[in-house]
Amino acid sequence: MIWWAVLGAGVGCYLLKLAGMSVPARVLSNPVVSRIADLIPVALLAALVTVQVLAAPQGRALVLDARAAALGVAVLLLLARAPFLVVVFGSAAFAALLRLF
Amino acid sequence: MDTAARRTVVRDSLGVAIATGTYGLSFGAVGVASGLDVAQTCALSLLMFTGASQFALAGVLGSGGTPVAGALTALLLGTRNTLYGLRLAPLLGYRGWRRFTTAHLLIDESTAMAVTRPTRELSRTGFLTTGATIFVLWNLTTLAGAVAGEQLGDPRDLGLDAAVGAAFLALLWPRLTTPLTRLVAGLAALVAAGAVTVTPAGVPVLVAAGVAVLVGALTARSGDPEPDEEVPT
Repeated sequence: MIWWAVLGAGVGCYLLKLAGMSVPARVLSNPVVSRIADLIPVALLAALVTVQVLAAPQGRALVLDARAAALGVAVLLLLARAPFLVVVFGSAAFAALLRLF
Repeated sequence: MDTAARRTVVRDSLGVAIATGTYGLSFGAVGVASGLDVAQTCALSLLMFTGASQFALAGVLGSGGTPVAGALTALLLGTRNTLYGLRLAPLLGYRGWRRFTTAHLLIDESTAMAVTRPTRELSRTGFLTTGATIFVLWNLTTLAGAVAGEQLGDPRDLGLDAAVGAAFLALLWPRLTTPLTRLVAGLAALVAAGAVTVTPAGVPVLVAAGVAVLVGALTARSGDPEPDEEVPT
């Protein structure tokens, strides 16, 4: 089942790229379509941050744990213009340290 | 063609590509931490080859979502590459089989390094240099990150579960440049948090996409022209 998701979404993402290279650009001239398309990644990424950080590992609940503290570290690193890898592994290291104590 | 201009484009593209290509290390580690095996993690980098969608599929699966919810989230995030393609197609002017092969290299960074160029030749140089270099590095570092992640034991002890949220935030960050995108991000986060308590894992992220549709439809009609979205680098 996971393989089907990997292959299906992989091929689907390629076809989305190919469609952009192939369909006439006037599809984008509809302002509602272009506005929504610009905002979808923003909404999805914000929701993914929330779910990854606040959703309880088991069950339908929200929890504040080491992940939330690690996200705070990520915010600080981003404000300091740290590179992507520093942000990701820096916040992971902070969560790991918190769990040691 | 102006070789000095060309050299500048190649140099800038390689800089962006080398910095970006190494993110694959974090994707590889996160992939196996989310329950994918090394082969599945590497297959995503080869076939999907668009970072945010790959992180999304792994993240949704890792937090207990179904493969279908993970695939849908990845595809929704992949729609932005369609927009990049619409913008780039007339600039690059690829026809026939070239379009089929180059389409795979269409990602945030290759778009950013191609859109601003004054000529078709320089656009193609920026696009191909960035896209091909990232493709090679991204796949090599994904493999390295996945193998390392598998050797290192329980991902929670390493904080890798927390790394996923940080990765999404780092991908979101460069987009939070206008009041509208900040509003959408805030609302989507609230909606997702609420949905966590009432829907199965994986669904809250899809529900939050509705915020983009709603806000997009309402604000586009009010007619205030948003300046062209900055392509993140």
